[in-house]
Amino acid sequence: MPKVKLATVWFSGCSGCHMSLLDLDEALVDLAGRIELWNSPLTDLKDFPEAGVDVTLVEGAVANEQQREHAHRVREKSRIVIALGDCAVTGNVPGMRNGIPTDRLVERLYGKARTSNGAIPCGEVPALLARVSPLHEEIRVDLYLHGCPPPAALIGKAILALLEGLSPVLVGQDLKFG
Amino acid sequence: MATGEEEGVTVNEMVLRIDGRDVRAPAGATILEAAKLNGILIPTLCHLDGLCEAGVCRVCLVEVKGEVVPACVRPAAAGMEVETKTERVKELRRTVVELLFAERNHICAVCVSNGHCELQDLANEVEMHSVRVPYVYPRLPLDATHPRFLIDHNRCVLCGRCVRVCAEVEGAHTWGTGERGVRARMITDLAVDWGKAESCTGCGKCVQVCPTGAIVLKGKAAAEMEKDPGLVAELVERRGLA
Ligand code: SF4
Ligand code: SF4
Repeated sequence: MPKVKLATVWFSGCSGCHMSLLDLDEALVDLAGRIELWNSPLTDLKDFPEAGVDVTLVEGAVANEQQREHAHRVREKSRIVIALGDCAVTGNVPGMRNGIPTDRLVERLYGKARTSNGAIPCGEVPALLARVSPLHEEIRVDLYLHGCPPPAALIGKAILALLEGLSPVLVGQDLKFG
Repeated sequence: MATGEEEGVTVNEMVLRIDGRDVRAPAGATILEAAKLNGILIPTLCHLDGLCEAGVCRVCLVEVKGEVVPACVRPAAAGMEVETKTERVKELRRTVVELLFAERNHICAVCVSNGHCELQDLANEVEMHSVRVPYVYPRLPLDATHPRFLIDHNRCVLCGRCVRVCAEVEGAHTWGTGERGVRARMITDLAVDWGKAESCTGCGKCVQVCPTGAIVLKGKAAAEMEKDPGLVAELVERRGLA
């Protein structure tokens, strides 16, 4: 059986969702035999293979221009896109800055911070979007895994169902935020 | 109707049909009450046993012969045909809950009520996978001027339970709704800081009935705020207020 091609992407999130994925522990050994992991913070590959992947897990909200651009590349290159965790699903904590003008935010964080000598980063870091968005406000999303972070068992349940060619059935506590 | 349900029905009772089943209910019951008495659960949010019905959240929508009505305020009637589980009402309820999430800032992960929140549970019950309407992300204040309680407007769903418990059970009439529409906001006295609201007795009933993490005790960290809204029905019964 051909292995399922998987990618994972890390936008504005704390990496907790990726940690939760790793918390699958011994189930990872079984998974490793059935999937091919492509671009991911775990492999450090930056971009999709030319032919794309079967499934991409996206952690984090869309908060800057580079992430917005990459979100569209995720959609173009993945058969199934999964919003992984509350930041990707709702905007969550990164979304708390919405409503504060970005120049005021940057001024407060860098301009007044003792550690940055008042230097405001630009050029090498992508510009912030005026408004942080959940992933589905940017691209079509096929499956939502709730939780901050989503429990490892929930991620496992979803991935295993997809490996069997089924759509994961998420009900009740599977849908709990937070 | 051939289920025998109508046998022995007294003048104080009626028989109606809910989800294809003939059920008996006392005269004057709402659809919600009639359903509950017969073990049929309809999701609710602004409803709380012991308080008057407000009919403001629209979570309990059901169909009566194709007409969509709120079950908590629509009186049941003999021979009425009610459907509580059609795809149409399920989709409407889900949309109502999505609108509640979109219009304020619910960040469950850092909320004092995480894991003990009626809105959070409701989202699971109506199978909300994502909020399909655009999030508003309003900038809203928090009033922590009361010595023991605070209200975080970011988490208020405008259910009015605080208003009703304060007026109907405590008799203090501290809470009210200021402004209208999207600008509506819960206020204390004539929109003064809660700490300066002279009518507030500090009884804390609003804390217990607020279904979300909006009105809470001070000093709670994330997920620490547990409430006891059932206390209202008990008080109402003991004080003979019903
Ligand atoms: S009030 Fe409930 S739904 Fe809102 S953030 Fe808190 S736990 Fe989540
Ligand atoms: S503060 Fe709580 S009880 Fe009062 S209207 Fe808002 S959500 Fe309801």
